[in-house]
Amino acid sequence: MDPNIKKTKNSADSANYPEAIQSPSQFPDEVLEKVLSMLHSHKDRSSVSLVCKDWYNAERWSRTKIFIGNCYSVSPEIVARRFPRIKSVTLKGKPRFSDFNLVPQNWGANIHDWLVMFAKVYPLLEELRLKRMTVSDESLEFLAMSFPGFKALSLLSCDGFSTDGLKSIATHCKKLTELDIQENGIDDVSGSWLSAFPDNFTSLEILNFASLNSEVSFDALERLVSRCKSLKVLKVNKGIGLDQLQRLLVRAPQLMELGTGSFQQELMFRHCMELENAFRNCKNLQILAGLWDASYVYLHVLYPACSSLTFLNLSYATLRSDEFTKLIAHCPNLRCLWVLDTVEDKGLEAVGSCCPLLEEIRVFPAHPFDQDINHGVTESGFLAVSHGCRKLHYVLYFCQQMTNAAVATIVQNCPDFTHFRLCIMNPGQPDYLTDEPMDEAFGAVVKTCTKLQRLAVSGLLTDLTFEYIGKYAKNLETLSVAFAGRSDWGMQCVLGGCPKLRKLEIRDCPFGNAALLSGLKKYESMRSLWMSACNVTMNGCRLLAKEMPRLNVEVMKDEEDDSHVDKVYVYRSVAGPRRDAPPFVLTL
Amino acid sequence: MSMPFEEHDYIGLSEVPAMENSEKNNGLPLGDNEKKNTAKVLNLKATELRLGLPGSESPERETGHGGEDKNGYQLGVLKGFVSGAKRGFSDTINGGSGKWVYSGSGGSEVNLANGGGLFSPRGANGAAKSIGAGGVESGSQQTFVGSGVGKETVPQSPKPVQEKKPQVSAANGHAAAPAAKAQVVGWPPIGSFRKKMAINPPKTDEDADAKLGTGCLYVKVSMDGAPYLRKVDIKIYSSYKDLSSALEKMFSCFTIGQCGSHGVHIRDGMSESRLMDLLHGSEYVLTYEDKDGDWMLVGDVPWEMFMDSCKRLRIMKSSDAIGLAPRAMEKCKNRN
Repeated sequence: MDPNIKKTKNSADSANYPEAIQSPSQFPDEVLEKVLSMLHSHKDRSSVSLVCKDWYNAERWSRTKIFIGNCYSVSPEIVARRFPRIKSVTLKGKPRFSDFNLVPQNWGANIHDWLVMFAKVYPLLEELRLKRMTVSDESLEFLAMSFPGFKALSLLSCDGFSTDGLKSIATHCKKLTELDIQENGIDDVSGSWLSAFPDNFTSLEILNFASLNSEVSFDALERLVSRCKSLKVLKVNKGIGLDQLQRLLVRAPQLMELGTGSFQQELMFRHCMELENAFRNCKNLQILAGLWDASYVYLHVLYPACSSLTFLNLSYATLRSDEFTKLIAHCPNLRCLWVLDTVEDKGLEAVGSCCPLLEEIRVFPAHPFDQDINHGVTESGFLAVSHGCRKLHYVLYFCQQMTNAAVATIVQNCPDFTHFRLCIMNPGQPDYLTDEPMDEAFGAVVKTCTKLQRLAVSGLLTDLTFEYIGKYAKNLETLSVAFAGRSDWGMQCVLGGCPKLRKLEIRDCPFGNAALLSGLKKYESMRSLWMSACNVTMNGCRLLAKEMPRLNVEVMKDEEDDSHVDKVYVYRSVAGPRRDAPPFVLTL
Repeated sequence: MSMPFEEHDYIGLSEVPAMENSEKNNGLPLGDNEKKNTAKVLNLKATELRLGLPGSESPERETGHGGEDKNGYQLGVLKGFVSGAKRGFSDTINGGSGKWVYSGSGGSEVNLANGGGLFSPRGANGAAKSIGAGGVESGSQQTFVGSGVGKETVPQSPKPVQEKKPQVSAANGHAAAPAAKAQVVGWPPIGSFRKKMAINPPKTDEDADAKLGTGCLYVKVSMDGAPYLRKVDIKIYSSYKDLSSALEKMFSCFTIGQCGSHGVHIRDGMSESRLMDLLHGSEYVLTYEDKDGDWMLVGDVPWEMFMDSCKRLRIMKSSDAIGLAPRAMEKCKNRN
């Protein structure tokens, strides 16, 4: 084959891949781009871009969606240079522990500079999905004004804006299809933003304002729902009552996802029947959430819709086990269930019996700060679910007590776990029956669940747990550790094993500099490392920063002790140290 | 049921943290004689002992700020401070997401003093724990003052020590029982939105029942000088304030018309506040008989605990209330 046959852009590089040049160079660029445009997974695209320069170029020209897991790993300029045709951006900012108040305010992750760049380079931007970013009202207004074709805005766990910012979006984004506002720390000034959607605005498909407190005008909402015929997802806030819900459902029977408002109002029998009928008419309903203050009295109105439900989110409804049992019996097709632990073990037994298709369960604590251990769920509930739901692969479980034996049985029943997040709420609590550490429990998890991608550990744990994790968790990508371990050795085991580790977040563990530095080589293959309230010192961090210049090592110091480090956040970046670090963050 | 230190948090003070820590430091309940059984929040601001570091913000003290909790008292709602509770950090943390209520921990300092390391030794300083935490959603941005105190009293142990046992108040001697645990920042790891829901859980009847157990519901209420007693179902009230308003209404017929030996002048159409004065101010003191048969001043303990242990109520003439409410006594004297 003549290596001089050249259709693609860079012949010099083709020579570096003698075997490969034959195939790629036979495709014209257009064909290659077309083929690559069908690739959607970011990981696949990353791999593709590494094949050769031709493929790198074809990939970058055909990419329309970009996912940036750490906004500081790259800069707006670099992104703009590489990808000329982006329509959808997903950005994540602060470290995950900021959800639990471990990251001070004004830490960073501000969207504005990104928006300015996007306005320049991607005027046709359609989607923006942000998680744990700081977004101001000015930024939202800028967004609304800069992108005439803007369609989808999703803000999850963000902060810095108010409902005024939402007003700008509603007012100016004429083609908006999605507005998804979840669990943000925002200034809830008023619900008037909803009324800002123009009367001729009809394109909305997804609307989620469940976590906003201020009341919206029901009249405006009803009219909006009426005229947006393509509305598929509607999640309202607590201010919407049952009678109002009925009116909304009547206008939007095509809904696939519904978040109800408050479920507690006094309803006359007639209205109850009307509501039940409204649910009956929602033939496409697959996901149900909200149900704030759900009073058992009205749950029966849901029954007609329950058989088609695949995802039921009852995590804001304090249902007792008997009430819940009656409800869950109507939901045989559930794939995903979120509940409060008020349903107790008995409720979970019912889940095991009624929901054989269940794949994901999350059990949240109703009274996380209550010390009365007679409430909530125990290992029996988890066991019961694992017996009945053999397809279970995602669990988030908050409990007061657990045993090694129970966990071992659970993973025997469900060996396909990909996400195993167990939170024994009392830090450092041993197996309550044997009084031993919970090492064997997590050992069983990593040995049995070979597909495990995400693990959160809790309870009394020695370094043995981490030996197991390092040795067996071959597919582990995310590990969360709190109040665990005995010495540096634990963390060293994890860093020495776990070939696919990407995110490691640690708090309140006795891991120090030796542990930190043992991961020198590894951190560049990871997204980030977080360590807080551990035994790391400034010297250790400085050494890390010195040895690994392509890592950003950001410390927040211990106030009394200058040498001690309170929090350290390490992440790889091609953008160098960030320029917007607040004074309490030191980049070494 | 043991009475952990934190019970003092609920007593008529709008500002908790500094009080908390001062109490812990002295081991003395702060001016318990000053604690009133009333729903009125006493403004002790001027006299309050504050132990924050210089430059530390003190929590908001205005009453009615962000609403009162079910006890009718202003609970200090503390923002989550970062583990370590550093002054700098606590100042930079604003309300926003985490509205944390910390357990009053006779636990934390005591634990540390005993060498039982805390998980977040710099962070877990005791503050008000709200048992059954009712509706504390203070809009104020409160800095945790106590952390400064914590630093002074706590031996610096920067290395978090792994505890085998649940973190409990050693002072209570309940090594294994989950008694006064210090709340750790950011633990359990639930998001701020859900945390708000958890602090403010909608209570089902079942919950309320469960807490009461077989506790008394209808209790006799006697008022000194009244010809007959009344009965009230204390279960239907959610706070001391509710209860006292109801009692006022119930017993108003007895107080109106009484000049009282203290020369209080009664006019027609007496205002509610006047009645309140009578009932809770100088004239009368509200007391209750607990499970052990002791006569206690109403208002010391969290509402749920009160509901659980109250056997009967007595509206006592303050002149009889020697030893129970000396401040009330003084008030009476002053009026003369």
